[in-house]
Amino acid sequence: MTHAPGRSGIRWSNWNLLLLIPLVLLVTPIFNRTDPRLFGMPFFYWFQFAGVVPGVLVTSIVYLKTRGAPTTPAPGDEPGVDTLDEGVAR
Amino acid sequence: MKWTELVVFVVLFGVVTVLGFVAARWQRGESLDHLDEWGLGGRKFGSWITWFLIGGDLYTAYTFVAVPALMFSSGAVGFYALPYTVVLYPLAFMPLLRIWSVSRAKGYVTPADFVRGRYGSSVLALLVAITGIVATMPYIALQLVGLEAVLRTLGLNGSGVVGHLPLLVAFVILAVYTYQSGLRAPALIAFVKDILVYLVIIVAVVYLPSKLGGWSAVFHAADAKFTATASPADGVLLNGNNQLQYATLALGSALALFLYPHSITGVLASRGRTVIKRNMSALPAYSLLLGLLALLGFVAIAAGTKPLINNATGNPDTNTIIPNLFAGQFPSWFAGIAFAAIGIGALVPAAIMSIAAANLWTRNIYKEYFRRNATPKDEARQAKLASLVVKFGAVAFVLFIDPQFSIDLQLIGGVLILQTLPAVVIALYTRWLHIWGLVAGWVVGMGWGLTMLYGIKSADGKRAHFGASALKLGDLSVFGWHPLAGSTVQIYVGIVALGANLVIAVAVSSIARGLRAFNGLDETNPADYHVDETPAATPVAAR
Repeated sequence: MTHAPGRSGIRWSNWNLLLLIPLVLLVTPIFNRTDPRLFGMPFFYWFQFAGVVPGVLVTSIVYLKTRGAPTTPAPGDEPGVDTLDEGVAR
Repeated sequence: MKWTELVVFVVLFGVVTVLGFVAARWQRGESLDHLDEWGLGGRKFGSWITWFLIGGDLYTAYTFVAVPALMFSSGAVGFYALPYTVVLYPLAFMPLLRIWSVSRAKGYVTPADFVRGRYGSSVLALLVAITGIVATMPYIALQLVGLEAVLRTLGLNGSGVVGHLPLLVAFVILAVYTYQSGLRAPALIAFVKDILVYLVIIVAVVYLPSKLGGWSAVFHAADAKFTATASPADGVLLNGNNQLQYATLALGSALALFLYPHSITGVLASRGRTVIKRNMSALPAYSLLLGLLALLGFVAIAAGTKPLINNATGNPDTNTIIPNLFAGQFPSWFAGIAFAAIGIGALVPAAIMSIAAANLWTRNIYKEYFRRNATPKDEARQAKLASLVVKFGAVAFVLFIDPQFSIDLQLIGGVLILQTLPAVVIALYTRWLHIWGLVAGWVVGMGWGLTMLYGIKSADGKRAHFGASALKLGDLSVFGWHPLAGSTVQIYVGIVALGANLVIAVAVSSIARGLRAFNGLDETNPADYHVDETPAATPVAAR
């Protein structure tokens, strides 16, 4: 999925396009209405709350799908440097 | 005086102060006398700390106090804070990884360091650094306004300069432990802050609407209030004039956020790319809270909350809406916890912001123009002193201006910081834009942005200049030519100025490239943008 770096050093993965989906929340005419209501909230409000879910999904998917991308090791990065929250699995 | 609230507030504030001083010893490196240690916490924060630190950057007094206040007075427009934080992370995802990597590879501490390295131009770096410092100051001042709104609601509502004394005391404490512990202090305090904030918001959004008859009753009350006002601009829905403003304000705020030096500081302090990616996926969870917080502005309408009269200015201060709502609806002890959450919520970002501004001063102005051969120890000492200066500069802001005005200053700050986008973000991907083009774009974007802001009257007509950040398209003027004359549709000034900046940057770059003008030396190479922590460096136990 991930292409090797070119001369410009830019790597592209088509999964990155998913990151554009949340921009739908900027198109106000889609949701600037009262009905249907949910829990007494006008559509305008609960639609945007619901928009948080795709926001989390697309960044998570792109994170998982581009995880294997090759990286350059950091200079002078010594192994065994104390890390602050070891509890988090890689 | 609200004694129970005050005691709870002071106790929690005391806990945080102790944490702030203890933080200096927390996972320390060889010495705090190095800017990487003091200003970036040694660049080794993992996913959790980064979550709290970046969360601490984003969710500030602006979002706790000013956004609900905007909902209270104007309605739906204030809800832009939700789409703002939803589009923020997907947009920032990839550029942040690149800036982390190149900064790790080359030892950059600030965005201006990167620009300096990418273009070999100290002029361009200076423009980015100055913009960063100037745009951050009003943001810090806004945190103080939030803290002061809480202190005044607690009953410490004195008049004149004496009225600002409690704020000053709180700030001296903050200044001393930031001086002592650097970025580790806000990183550690952010844990306490977030726990308190989550607790308060969850209780507030469950308890308050049910007490007031449910969300339908809340929205009904808000609708009734906005229908009754003469102004056509407010309401529980957007109208034809402010939809474009809503979208551009959300987009502009999202683009601006990670250009602010303090947000970049939070990112650069993390351990590796995985930490950033994980945070970009998880941080939007905060957005839900933010949306609920914004709705507290409507809850305050339903509860009949009135803003407190600020005894220093004699005017009602809408920033006190949320503290006053809590004081009126919660039992005293819980109101105390809620006040502490807002107060500490203002301290964490204020500390990070002052550290970031101090880093900019030290790296890109002091070292560049005053002392080229400064040692890391000199840098650290200079940054510590600069953090004090920045904080007291912000206090001065608060002493001399009406708190209402500070919100507008923050919006102006957003317009300013957006003008560094071409030099910082576009440069992460390409050097096609020429130094001349970037400088010209910055000058035009800055000049035109400020001109437009200068011409905007405040909604209540009390101030003739710098009244808001929404421009009527009909007033859009290109040297006196009004291309959209007559239109009442509003747009966020920052986006207009950024558009002009980009057009000029591209045009001048084409000319400069045509003339084959020297475009500086690039000290970075393509591989630097993909640098990551060495995998072996992480789980020590697993090896």
